[in-house]
Amino acid sequence: MISDYLPVMIVFLLAAGFAVGALIATHFFGPKIKGKIKSEAYESGIEAKSSPHTRLNVRYFIVGLVFVIFDIEVVFLYPWAVVFKDFIKTGPFIFFEMLFFLFILLIGYIYVWRKGVFEWE
Amino acid sequence: MVVPLHHIIAIASLLFSIGVLGVLFRRNAIIVFMSIEIMLNAVNLAFVAFSNYHGNVHGQVFVFFTMTLAAAEVAVGLAIIISLFRNLQTSDITEIHNLKN
Amino acid sequence: MTWLDINSTLPELIILATALLLLMLEVLSTPPRNSFIWVALAGMGLSLASVLGTPLSGNYYGNMIALSTFTRFIDVITIALVMCTFLFSAPYLRRTLEERGEYYALILFAAVGMMLMAKAHDLTMTFLGLELLSVPLYILAGFYRNRISSNEASIKYLLLGAFSTGFFLFGIALIYGSIGSTNYDIIQQAIVNGQELSRGLTLAGFALLLIGFAFKVALAPFHMYAPDVYQGAPTAITAFLSTGPKVAAFAALLKLVIVVFAVTTRHWWGVMWLLSVLTMTVGNVTALVQDNLKRMLAFSGVAHAGYLAIGILVGTSDGAFGLLFYLAIYSVTTLVAFGLVALVEREQEDGLEVSSYRGLAQKNPFIAAAFALALLSLAGFPPTAGFTAKFFVFNSAVEAGYIWLVIIAVINSLISVYYYLRPVVAMYMREPEDDRRVTLPPITVPALVLLVLVALGLGIMPFTLVQSGVSAAASLF
Repeated sequence: MISDYLPVMIVFLLAAGFAVGALIATHFFGPKIKGKIKSEAYESGIEAKSSPHTRLNVRYFIVGLVFVIFDIEVVFLYPWAVVFKDFIKTGPFIFFEMLFFLFILLIGYIYVWRKGVFEWE
Repeated sequence: MVVPLHHIIAIASLLFSIGVLGVLFRRNAIIVFMSIEIMLNAVNLAFVAFSNYHGNVHGQVFVFFTMTLAAAEVAVGLAIIISLFRNLQTSDITEIHNLKN
Repeated sequence: MTWLDINSTLPELIILATALLLLMLEVLSTPPRNSFIWVALAGMGLSLASVLGTPLSGNYYGNMIALSTFTRFIDVITIALVMCTFLFSAPYLRRTLEERGEYYALILFAAVGMMLMAKAHDLTMTFLGLELLSVPLYILAGFYRNRISSNEASIKYLLLGAFSTGFFLFGIALIYGSIGSTNYDIIQQAIVNGQELSRGLTLAGFALLLIGFAFKVALAPFHMYAPDVYQGAPTAITAFLSTGPKVAAFAALLKLVIVVFAVTTRHWWGVMWLLSVLTMTVGNVTALVQDNLKRMLAFSGVAHAGYLAIGILVGTSDGAFGLLFYLAIYSVTTLVAFGLVALVEREQEDGLEVSSYRGLAQKNPFIAAAFALALLSLAGFPPTAGFTAKFFVFNSAVEAGYIWLVIIAVINSLISVYYYLRPVVAMYMREPEDDRRVTLPPITVPALVLLVLVALGLGIMPFTLVQSGVSAAASLF
């Protein structure tokens, strides 16, 4: 049973060994040059405009929150879609049920829209 | 190879305990939140494992609701943390002690 | 699933529609600010009519919910609480210029959660009801976004609420794991017949559920958040926070214990006994030293949760009836007491100390009399309904053989008299410090009338509620 995992273990050890080994090797053999340009985030690339640790506009968070909420509601559509074919034979109830659910979501959408969450200014 | 049920339960319990300890000992509201998420995901793991064991889908359906709740709580929580941050300039919950006697 | 199912949740659907309408009114039109409360009250009124007009019973939505006299009893309490909250909120919000549609909509969402919790016949539904109740309350506690105290109350409530939800959910997961279903009937059958994966797993699940409930109703030692949250939240919301979740969570716990876990009582009665004693003692003793009335009433609420836990522990139909009666009385009196505190409160959360109530009887005889009545009822003085309610609960406990528990509870009630009388003494026997009068908004008068009817009317003539309480309790068995 444990032998099933032996190849995985070997690959894992090899990968870890190579990563650590490469780091150690460059530390000992690599040239050490220090300078202003050398310590930039993208050496010889695009100049960094500002520090990555600045605060983000609170709008990012709010749009993120709205996204999380509407995104997660989709999980209810999957099981509904799976059983739809069987249930629609017994009546249109299942269809209107989902319409009702989407209607409530729509109200939430109208609410955040009118509250100005999507305006970027 | 089938992973035995009690292994999954052990992992779920372990994750849940990690989450509980995180809530109890971490002081940053965001990290406390992440610990609560770990707890909820431990619950999800347990539900899926039991669902598989019993061969019915109740547990998996429950996971949907747990996920929805987790999203709702995070949304509300982050909104509250933002408004708290606007007033106090910190998300460290030890700084929040105005209400203690 | 049929149209009859829709019919069975008509009261909830009406409330939900009202809440959505309020949200749309808030963003799509510019109605006069003071019209929101009338829309909200009209929705609750319609919902009450549908509760009383459609006496359905039985199981609906594929055994997800079960209707009975019990659920109708809780529905009526919920609607009364929510309407009283609205009546006290309107003047409070108007004074602080925060009257918005979301406020009422969120309370309405919480009301739907409360009603679904009592109706739940499946742990999935119990959980959904609990969260539908909790999440709006997290937001409402922080409704005054610019007040630091309100932010703090909100974040504390949210973090501890989410924490307790974790326990609640893990409990459900273990019970599901042990039995393979979340339906109350199937769980009960499996426990009776011993068809579980292991009894230990079921009981561990129940213990975790109990922790989740203990957080929600603020049983010691899980009550730490309650005073901070109740103090920091806007006072009109505190009124609802200290009553709504208690009513719903105790109703759900009562149903769960009686319908599902009654046969395992011998495993957990000791824990419940200890929780009850600890809660009432900690609540009362801590309330003694509080000067801030919101904190004092918060600890008083903790103490009352201890008395209510006795009703859960007893487990007979007398105990269930006592619990329901007590819940009705406690929730209305506490809500109105907090509502009156909100009226007397001044700008910047000033005027909450006992000292600011000095001589209130000379300045505002009506407010003082109503507040005194609420406090005396909470203390359990005869002939108020608080006394009758305590009598029913303690009596059922004695009959079930919990003599020591009742002795401790009675001693606790005596201790509580001291702190309940302090504001009364300040109002009636001290001279006022200034001549600042509080205006009694006419809109709050119906809530005060309800208080008099409940606290005094039911004290003198309890039988009007006893009948419905008894049939509600009987429908659980």
